[in-house]
Amino acid sequence: MLATQPLIPYVAVDAVMLEARAASLAKRSIKTTAKRAGIDLAIRCMDLTTLEGRDSEGKVRSLCAKAMTPRPGWPGVPSVAAVCVYPNLVAIAKDALRGSTVKVASVATSFPSGLADLSIKLADTEQAISAGADEIDMVIDRGAFLSGYERKVFDEILAVKAVCGDRAHLKVILETGELGSYENTRRASDLALEAGADTIKTSTGKVGTNATFPTALVMCEAIRDFARRTGQRRGLKVAGGVKTTKQALTYLVIVNETLGPQWLDPDLFRIGASTLLDDLLMQLEKLDTGSYAGADYIPKD
Amino acid sequence: MAIFEYAAAPESVRPKIREQYGLFIDGGWAAPEGAEYFPTINPANEEHLALVGQATAADVDSAVRAARKAYDKYWRKMKPADRAKYIYRIARAITERSRELAVLETLDGGKPIKEARDFDIPTAAAHFQYYAGWADKLEWAMRAGQAPDPLGVCGQIVPWNFPLLMAAWKLAPALACGNTVVLKPAETTPLTALALAQIIRECDLPPGVVNVVTGDGRTGAALVEHPDVDKIAFTGSTEVGKIIARSLAGTGKRLTLELGGKAANIVFADAPMDQAIEGIVNGIYFNQGHVCCAGSRLLVEERAHEEVIVRLTERIQTLRLGDPMDKNTDIGAINSREQLDRIKELVGSGIDQGATLVQQQCELPGKGFFFPASFFTNVQTSHRIAREEIFGPVLSVLTFRTPEEAIEKANNTPYGLSAGIWTDKGSKNMWVAGQLRAGVVWCNTFNQFDPTSPFGGFRESGFGREGGVHGLREYLAH
Repeated sequence: MLATQPLIPYVAVDAVMLEARAASLAKRSIKTTAKRAGIDLAIRCMDLTTLEGRDSEGKVRSLCAKAMTPRPGWPGVPSVAAVCVYPNLVAIAKDALRGSTVKVASVATSFPSGLADLSIKLADTEQAISAGADEIDMVIDRGAFLSGYERKVFDEILAVKAVCGDRAHLKVILETGELGSYENTRRASDLALEAGADTIKTSTGKVGTNATFPTALVMCEAIRDFARRTGQRRGLKVAGGVKTTKQALTYLVIVNETLGPQWLDPDLFRIGASTLLDDLLMQLEKLDTGSYAGADYIPKD
Repeated sequence: MAIFEYAAAPESVRPKIREQYGLFIDGGWAAPEGAEYFPTINPANEEHLALVGQATAADVDSAVRAARKAYDKYWRKMKPADRAKYIYRIARAITERSRELAVLETLDGGKPIKEARDFDIPTAAAHFQYYAGWADKLEWAMRAGQAPDPLGVCGQIVPWNFPLLMAAWKLAPALACGNTVVLKPAETTPLTALALAQIIRECDLPPGVVNVVTGDGRTGAALVEHPDVDKIAFTGSTEVGKIIARSLAGTGKRLTLELGGKAANIVFADAPMDQAIEGIVNGIYFNQGHVCCAGSRLLVEERAHEEVIVRLTERIQTLRLGDPMDKNTDIGAINSREQLDRIKELVGSGIDQGATLVQQQCELPGKGFFFPASFFTNVQTSHRIAREEIFGPVLSVLTFRTPEEAIEKANNTPYGLSAGIWTDKGSKNMWVAGQLRAGVVWCNTFNQFDPTSPFGGFRESGFGREGGVHGLREYLAH
């Protein structure tokens, strides 16, 4: 057998109508009660993220406080789904979030490039879980994927999944900005889902192109077809570049109309973002009071 | 209530609609000679919108005389670059008033506001913009280096499915080439053509260059039969097109016809299937299927039939049918009670002849003319629904086994306006496209329009082309 033997059937994707469909979903007009429900949902589905080389204990504790109570003094604003940090900071996040519903997600497997030996990736994963991570955001080896070594990509996901077991929820980052086509994104999605990803995730946030509407759409289609084939519901996480309420609402629309309202749940949909929360809170206040608060009224993390 | 139910998102702009509209003749508004007016209504709630003049043969005569005078006195003599300035001005004015025009189109015709806003009005402006650029370059439209002559006075009759856009398709090239025009909008959708008349007046075009006469079929007949009209351009049903062709035979008048269709949308098993489903949906449910080039006959490779039906059945449930003025509405109102009755009659024939009906499950509004997104399976090529143009949101699904059979079935219609092909294989796409007898063939997409691209039919879908350099030739004397 060839080393580059395709593992799964090829699914054709055409950019023109995919982008047209995504653009039409982006034109949905989400107003009043729907906007409020959407903002609430976007907060509940958020992985509040900090993934910088300068991250420190202080920064993570500050972020965790905001994750639990995004808008102090405003009852009814929910907590976010999770805080997403580097493995080294998992224990601190876990401690800061004690007693809350907010989960700790950790990037792992030599994030963001994924170019390390499998043993290191597995150790990275094990360390994060041991420190208390509830969720693992792994990266695939894009080099292997693009050169046709799908088996390597598949086996690595399988191995990381085995480490996670029933201890941690596994999100698989495809880094779609490096995959070069929607077809490759579809194929990587199918591969990850077959290998056991609980959630497929668009991006690391570390390359030029992050989550886009057509990318999210094509990944939703993969998840929908997988559910139709196996009866299993898997999740989607969009990450990178999601900064505005309008963008967040469009992602909710894409999920709603492609996968259905049953996917509008933190177990099946996440938005990874660092600054989006501030805009959501500002829009929420606008809905409540009719006017925008100054940026200084929103706590910085 | 679902967790994320879209709230009502109504378009808030309400353009001023006059109680009563006269005819636009010789640069001003004139009462119809017979003082007869007819109402135009909003098909989404059956509410009265305005009274519109019924132009008689005498009114048509006045309009043609005004057009002739304007042709001789101003328009044919004007420097082409100056003609272009006027046409550019119309394009800009349409863009500036696009929101108002979109709302008017939706109120009068029933199409979803998102389509009027994102398609009809911008594309109408684009046609004026495009043809304005040709006005002083016409020697390159025919044989290079020879400046061609215009035809004279053109009678233009447009349908109700894209009222302003079809008027733009016809007016822009005619004016650019130096012709003057008498335009007759459809009886059920006159308002945007009348708004355009007002825009043209405000753009200060010489009086009589564009005239708008409203009315029913009698007005159209008077225009067609007028001895001083040099050319008739008609978009509408094949039935009326044939009557016009007979009437013009032997008169020396030029004629272009843009008629019906029963387009094949061919889906091969290797197609990008999610996109094909979107193309099928766009092809038949865009503008409630009131589209002459609608992909109304779906030809699916047998091995993909089950998959397509499962996906399509699921997909039509997510279409939002209702108030056309809501920005989230995907399927608006059927244009008229008459058209709704025709759709129902043909759907009834499909059931009677043994086809299986699948429909979007949704509540229809209590008032107005609505029909849910529908398709038929188990359709035989001999069924009426496989042969006749339904002009509504109703698709007939047929199957084929080989590419040859797909081509044979696609061409097995007296029409030939458009077709679609869905396959991931480029060579197959090109090979099939080359054998389809249709004016437009879309590959892995559907319903794409651009002013630079010619559009028109084969056989009973008509003759002549609109759009692109081809569209100019229909308004120039050789």
